[in-house]
Amino acid sequence: MVTTHAFKGSPFLKEILADVPGGERIVHCLQCGSCGGSCPNGADMQYTPRGIFALMNAGERETVLKSNTMWCCVSCYFCTTRCPQEIPITEIMYALKRKAIAEGLAAHTDAPALAKTFTDMVDKYGRSFELGLASRFYLFNKPLAMLKMGPLGLSMFTRGRMALVPTKIRNLEQLQAIIKKAKELGGAS
Amino acid sequence: MKYAYYPGCSLECSSGAYDVSVREVAELLGIKLLEIDDWNCCGATEYFSQDELTACSVIARNLALVDPSLDQVVAPCAACFLNLKKTDRLMSEHPEMNRKVNQCLAAGGLNYQPGRVKVRHILDLIVSDIGEPAIRDKVVRPLSGIRIAPYYGCQVVRPTDGFDNPEYPMKLDDLMTWLGAEVVDYPVKAHCCGGHMTQISEPQAFELIRRLLQSAADYQADMIVCMCPMCQLNLDAYQARVNSFFGTNFKIPIVFFTQMVGVALGIDRKKLGFGKEIVSAAAVVVAKR
Repeated sequence: MVTTHAFKGSPFLKEILADVPGGERIVHCLQCGSCGGSCPNGADMQYTPRGIFALMNAGERETVLKSNTMWCCVSCYFCTTRCPQEIPITEIMYALKRKAIAEGLAAHTDAPALAKTFTDMVDKYGRSFELGLASRFYLFNKPLAMLKMGPLGLSMFTRGRMALVPTKIRNLEQLQAIIKKAKELGGAS
Repeated sequence: MKYAYYPGCSLECSSGAYDVSVREVAELLGIKLLEIDDWNCCGATEYFSQDELTACSVIARNLALVDPSLDQVVAPCAACFLNLKKTDRLMSEHPEMNRKVNQCLAAGGLNYQPGRVKVRHILDLIVSDIGEPAIRDKVVRPLSGIRIAPYYGCQVVRPTDGFDNPEYPMKLDDLMTWLGAEVVDYPVKAHCCGGHMTQISEPQAFELIRRLLQSAADYQADMIVCMCPMCQLNLDAYQARVNSFFGTNFKIPIVFFTQMVGVALGIDRKKLGFGKEIVSAAAVVVAKR
């Protein structure tokens, strides 16, 4: 009897893909492993992207969202470029990050704290503020590591590469109104 | 040739050398850059890991603010370049995303028609719009004798832009050749520097940085030229930490490619931001020539 490999997709898979424009390409995954083999951090991942896709398809929600896979992703796009099925893998990693943060399953990494601290600065000033970002992020998340950062910060400062005060955009109200609306509408396309 | 200019936050301060050298080189080549008035941060990768609509809306404000008389915007930072391009593409290809982003922009009295502004990288502009004959013609101090490793990083050449090969890009190699440099052909020129991983997981980030420095050293590069503020910061500012972590002794200057273009075109080095790099490039730039 001839059987066909049916990739119908679990509800969990569909839930994630609803947050990734073009993400439905995932149903064409061949399990070839080009993604993991191309990834600079593939060796550190609990499951490489193809493994994560299979787990998503099997509805292994908690295993996927608690994994370190997406947090190893540095958005280098090698997997996306090399995927023979043109699956937007990097974008799916972003969607998994969003879901893991939303469900409080990312406690094992400082990445969400860095992201939040960074975007808080932008929400507040309209521009990134490196000194504020670094000091707040390290103080609240890894105070001991701050000591090691001292000499680096100082050498940046003495070369005029670290501002002591943030730059603010003029029309901050406009940006904040846009951000407020986006948060109201919530989620992506 | 007139383009909108989106410097991005890094170029304001931590990568000031990139900003000044881009502006100096552009002026000399007859590229007019009109900075987007009151631009905001592109959010790098950080909004995308929290909320995609907020990410795209924050980025789209910059596209909406591009002067109506201009239809191209230049972004030297790799993350800014990718974000502007990605948002424009997402809005073009997904009507629902376009509708929602414009709904958000409308809350600030703005709107953006996807496709109206073409997002360009400064390297593409110099190599494609100015081109080889004009560049060669303007070289007054050839970079002969300097072994330069061109470093592309990730987000300018990937996912795909069309102006260069995402696996084995050549445009920066070409440009450095036109300037008279000895171009180092090393295998990791489009590999990742670790991005924000230096803040999150040092062992992972340091290993990626080590691979790049090791390869450049193996191929006897005098310096690495890069085109992304994050790459420059990771390879330059963290080089000492990487050395103490692995017991290595790398001492490779990392500068922005536009600084070396400026040198070759005869612009005063003081105007090109030299001296801001932590591993000094002075010995290579001055003594080698």
